[in-house]
Amino acid sequence: MTTVQNFEPDIIAFLCNWCSYAGADLAGVSRFQYPPNVRVIRVMCSARVDPTIVLEAFIRGLDGVMVLGCHLGTCHYMTGNYYTERRMKMTKNALRKAGVSPERLFVDWVSAAEGERFASLVKDFTEKIRKLGPLGEETELIPQEFKTHLVATKEVLAQEKTRWLVGRERELVDEKNVFGEKVSQEEFDRLILQKIEKEFSRRKILLSIADASLSVKEIAQRVQASPQDVLKNIVSLEREGIISVTGIDGASPKYRRT
Amino acid sequence: MDDVRVGVFICHCGTNIGGFLSIPELVEYTSTLPHIVFTMDNKYTCSEVGLTEIKNAISEHKLNRVVVASCTPRTHEPLFRSTCKEAGLNPYLFQFVNIRDQCSWVHMQNREEATEKAKALIKMGVARAALLEPLKESEVEVNPCALIIGGGIAGMTCALSLANRGFQIKLVEKEDQLGGALNKLYRLYPTHEKAIKLIQTKSEELKKNPEIEIFTSSRVKDVKGFVGNYDVTITHVDREKLVRAGVIIVATGSEALIPTHMYNYDGKRVVTQIELEEVLRQGKVGDKKSIVMIQCVDSRNEERPYCSKVCCLTALKNAMLIRELNPNTQVFVLYRDIVTQGTVYEDYYGKAREAGITFIKYQPEKPPMVEERFVTVFDELLGEELTLPSDLVVLSTPLVAHQDSSELGRLLKVPVDKNGFFLEAHVKLRPVDFATDGVYVCGCAHWPADVGESISQAYGAASRASIPMSVGRVKTEPLIPVIDEDDCSGCSLCELTCPFKAIKVEETEKGRKAKVIAASCKGCGACGAGCPQRAITMRHFTDEQLLAQVLPLSEVKT
Repeated sequence: MTTVQNFEPDIIAFLCNWCSYAGADLAGVSRFQYPPNVRVIRVMCSARVDPTIVLEAFIRGLDGVMVLGCHLGTCHYMTGNYYTERRMKMTKNALRKAGVSPERLFVDWVSAAEGERFASLVKDFTEKIRKLGPLGEETELIPQEFKTHLVATKEVLAQEKTRWLVGRERELVDEKNVFGEKVSQEEFDRLILQKIEKEFSRRKILLSIADASLSVKEIAQRVQASPQDVLKNIVSLEREGIISVTGIDGASPKYRRT
Repeated sequence: MDDVRVGVFICHCGTNIGGFLSIPELVEYTSTLPHIVFTMDNKYTCSEVGLTEIKNAISEHKLNRVVVASCTPRTHEPLFRSTCKEAGLNPYLFQFVNIRDQCSWVHMQNREEATEKAKALIKMGVARAALLEPLKESEVEVNPCALIIGGGIAGMTCALSLANRGFQIKLVEKEDQLGGALNKLYRLYPTHEKAIKLIQTKSEELKKNPEIEIFTSSRVKDVKGFVGNYDVTITHVDREKLVRAGVIIVATGSEALIPTHMYNYDGKRVVTQIELEEVLRQGKVGDKKSIVMIQCVDSRNEERPYCSKVCCLTALKNAMLIRELNPNTQVFVLYRDIVTQGTVYEDYYGKAREAGITFIKYQPEKPPMVEERFVTVFDELLGEELTLPSDLVVLSTPLVAHQDSSELGRLLKVPVDKNGFFLEAHVKLRPVDFATDGVYVCGCAHWPADVGESISQAYGAASRASIPMSVGRVKTEPLIPVIDEDDCSGCSLCELTCPFKAIKVEETEKGRKAKVIAASCKGCGACGAGCPQRAITMRHFTDEQLLAQVLPLSEVKT
C-alpha cells in the first residue's frame, strides 16, 4: 500500500431534484461552507440512479459517490427512494465483492429544509474518503486486475436476474407472493448475496476470455479460483451459448466468449 | 453530433458569484471546451439584458444548445427555458449549471478551488448539453367534471364553488347524509352560530344545483386513469357504479380521537369535547356545579407530536356556552399552552377569561389525575398541587386521520404523512395540490383545520381544480421513459415499480410489451434504473446524459 500525499478526494453526488438538491441549495442560501471535493449531478428522483452508473463512476476513477434522496416516506414520487435504498444496498454488497470499500458509496436522505445537514454530510463523507485514500487503496489487487473486478461488478449489476431480484425485493419481503409465502429479510439478503457472488465469478471468467482462448486451468489462474469452480461455471456458460470451444490444447479444450 | 453548437452564459449574479469565483478564468476555460461556439459573462443573466443576449446569441451564432452557469434550476430553469423557446430553440436543449448555491456560496473562503470546481461543473454541463435532445409536450383533453370525495363542509363548499362555475360535480359521501363532522357539533366558534344551520343552507343549495350529483352511503372503491380522464368505481351498499371525472378532490376530513384508557374515560362522567357538544345541544349542564376540561389529551406527545389546533378554541367555546347556560357552573381548563392565533381568536380567549373560566397550566410530565368526584393537578404557575371538584371531565382530544386514509392515498397515488394526513405537493408553492396532477386536497383530510379554514381551503382547491377543466386540456410530461420493444421481455417489473401506474404491460403483435401512459408519468425514472433488460431509456436523463457528467477531475484539468 502506498500513502498518497496531498490526496484530494474526487467525489460526485447524485441529488434528487425535490429534496436533497433543494437541501444543497439551502446550504448555499444559508452560506454553510463545505469542502469543494463534491460535484453534484441532478436527477429527478434518487431512484433514477442505476447501480451500473455508480460502478461506472468508480471505473472512471472517482473516489466516492453519494446518492441522496428524500427522507423515506416523503419521496416526491411516493416510493422512489425505497427502490434507491434497496438497489444501493445491493450495489454496496457488489462493491465489497469487487474489493472496494462499500463506504465509498454513501446513501442517505436529506430534506429540502436540511441545508446544514447536507453541508455536514458532505464534510464528513469527504473526510471519510480522505482517510480511505484514493480508490483502490483498500485492495491488494494490481490496478489492471482491480479494474477487471470493477467491470465484472458492473456487469453483475447490469445482469437481468440481479436486477429482477432486487426489483422484487419490496414485494417479496414486505408482501406475500401469489402462494401466500413471505421471504424474510435475512433470507432475501442471503439470496441476493449468493446471486452476486455467482454472477461475479461468471463475469470474471467471461472477461478473462473476452479476447483470448484459454483452458480451464489458465482461466482458474487468471481469476484466482479453483479449477473445479471454474469448470462448473464453464459448463453452464457453454450450455447457455455464451462461450464456445475454440480449440484443444493437448487434452484440455480452450474457451472463448462468443 | 458534428453540428452541436453550444453557447455558454456565465452569470456574475452581481457579486454573488463574481465576488467568489474568477469569472474571466471560467470564460477562458469554457471557450476551450468541445462544441463551444460562443461564451460570454453577464452581470445578471436573468435580467432583461441577459435574456436578450441569450436570444441574440441563439440567432447570431446558430446555437442549438444553451448552457447557463448561474444559480439553481429549481428557481430559474423555467425562465431560461422559455427564453430559449422564444428564440426558436426547443426548451429541452437548455442545460443549467449551478455555480452559485452549490459553489460560490459554499466555498467563499477558497477562490481558487471554487473556481476549479466551477470549471468542472461547466464541463460536466456542456458534456450533457451536447447529448440533449429536443422534446415535445403533448396534450390530453380534460373531462369538465370533478369528483369530490367527502361531503363535509370542505367537500360541500368545493362542490358548490365548482358547480357555480359551470362544472359537473359528483359528490361522494360515506354516511347517509351530508355535513360530515359538523353533524356532531352544536355551535361553531367564534360566532356561536348553530352548525346544523350551516349544513342545512349548504345542503339545500347543493340539492337545488342541477350540475351536482350526490352519492350518499357511498365509497370510492377503485380509481383508474389520469388527470383529465379518471374512471372511478363507487360502491353504494352492494352496488357498484362507474363515474368519469377530469379531476378529483379529497375532502374526507378527519375524526376526533377516542381516548380509551386515558383519564378514566367512560363517555359518561368523562367525555370528549364532541360528546359534550351533544350535552350542550340538549341543554343538560344545568345541574353540574363544576366541570374540568383537560387539553392536549394524547397529543403533542411522542406518538402524536402535532398540535391539533382546533381543540383550544373548541374548549373555550364550550366553556363559554356552559357559563351561558348556567352562570353558576365553574369551568376549569387544564392546559399546556393555549393556542389562539390571530386577532379574532386571541380576542375570543380574552372573552373566555372575562367569562370567569379558570385556566390552569399543567406540565406534560405531571399530567392531571382524574378521580371519582375531583381532579388533582399540579399548577405549574403556582407551583403547587390543586384539587378541583368535578361533576364532569371533558377531554380535548386531537383530530386524527381516518384509518382508511392511506388506502385512499394508494388508490389515488398520493401520499399521506406519518400521522396519516394527506400530504400536499409543496407547503407554500402548491398547498392544495398533490404532486399527482389533477388531484387536490382541502379541509381536515390535509391537517386539522377549523370550519373557516376548511372553507378557505375548499375555495382554494376548487380554484386550482378549475384550471385544467377551464383550459380543457393538459400538457403531458415529456420527461417520460421510452421502451425499446425489441428488448422488452414483458416481465412487468416496471409496471410493479411505477408509483403512478404509468406503465402497463400489454399484449402486442410482438408478445407482452410494456407501454408508457404519458399523461400519468411523472418522470422519476425509477422504472429505467431497475429494468432487467435495460430496455427503458429515461428521456432527458438518459444513461448517456448522466454518464457525460460523471467526469473525474483528472479529465477536467486536461
